[in-house]
Amino acid sequence: MRASHPALAPALLRIADDRLILGHRTSEWCGHAPILEEDIALANIALDLIGQATLVLQHAGAVERAGRNEDALAFFRDATDFRNALLCELPRGDFGVTIVRHFFHGLYSVLQWDALARSTDQTLAGIAAKALKESRYHVRHAGEWVIRLGDGTEESHRRAQEAVDALWPYTGELFMQPADEADLVAAGTTADVSLLAGPWRAQVDDVLRRATLRAPSDPWMQRGGRDGRHTEHLGHLLAEMQIVARSHPGAQW
Amino acid sequence: MSAVTTREQVFAWLEDVKDPEVPVLSVVELGVVRDATVSDDGSVAVTITPTYSGCPAMRVIEESIRDALLLRGAPRVTVATVFSPAWTTDWMPETARAKLEAYGIAPPGAVDPVGDLVPLQRAGTGPRCPFCKSPRTTRRSDFGSTACKALWVCEECTQPFEQFKAI
Repeated sequence: MRASHPALAPALLRIADDRLILGHRTSEWCGHAPILEEDIALANIALDLIGQATLVLQHAGAVERAGRNEDALAFFRDATDFRNALLCELPRGDFGVTIVRHFFHGLYSVLQWDALARSTDQTLAGIAAKALKESRYHVRHAGEWVIRLGDGTEESHRRAQEAVDALWPYTGELFMQPADEADLVAAGTTADVSLLAGPWRAQVDDVLRRATLRAPSDPWMQRGGRDGRHTEHLGHLLAEMQIVARSHPGAQW
Repeated sequence: MSAVTTREQVFAWLEDVKDPEVPVLSVVELGVVRDATVSDDGSVAVTITPTYSGCPAMRVIEESIRDALLLRGAPRVTVATVFSPAWTTDWMPETARAKLEAYGIAPPGAVDPVGDLVPLQRAGTGPRCPFCKSPRTTRRSDFGSTACKALWVCEECTQPFEQFKAI
């Protein structure tokens, strides 16, 4: 096998870590969601996201050729080695925060998988084409909830708007194109995420309008996750996610 | 039996390997088995594709395929996973759809690949009740007991039922 571009494995980690961390965060709702149907829905979405992460991490491990499989990459990296966007690691919040985050990230995922489905990396393209179908299903679910909550009761509207306001400064990082991926984008291996910002904003504005919600006007955006600079929340999440694997390395069941 | 078999025979044998979560469908009917090749020495290479990225049944399916073919006398069996083309319920043949409905699971509708991302008002009609066949059904949840199913309820006979998600 020909050695791959040194930027490919880190680029794949950015893709995988978003789904792994958001998937684990979402799994926290299992047994705690406000109604049974949403408990099942969130557990299913978490399963899809962790499944997508598994496939991309397998590929990253193969590309990296350092002897790490998907489990080693998920359970034996520390917070500074994770490359997920900060949006994915924030605490689960209330149901409004959960749904608005799934809508924001789900829409980004649909656009990113759609672009990656045309990747010149055949493995990545195959994973993306598959994940695209799942993410379309997720964003339909989350988007419909954004409209129900926003255009619902006074209480649901207030909480949905608070969720939009709180999460908004974390959406910009999704579209900041990492400098080290320039060669990969030129070769058609990965997608230039900065090009996805326009279509994303148009879809978000459409749904927020139907939900009687508004996007904040402050353009300032937080960043750091793509470079391994995380909030304190990621460490706590990893402690819970990694404890069993680290306590019993190599365990089989 | 002879040591060397044929591709057709392998597919026929795999009709006995059922989806562990929907035991009325074989892994062939489900569209999970994409291809099989038989070498001169009789060893079999099977290609499968996952239904959902996170489907927990995939590993069981892979092992069941291997076990079934070894039991039939294949000296060596390899099972490889491919992602392209992406699995779709549109591959499911009519016979499989009828089996699903008889089992109490509404079969998937046609996949709508270009529909509005957030439609709210959804086009088309829901599945008929697999029990009383009434068209008066309501979606209760987009998600169900497994990754591949959604939850519906029949307004006529009040029976809750699952539908295979169209994807």
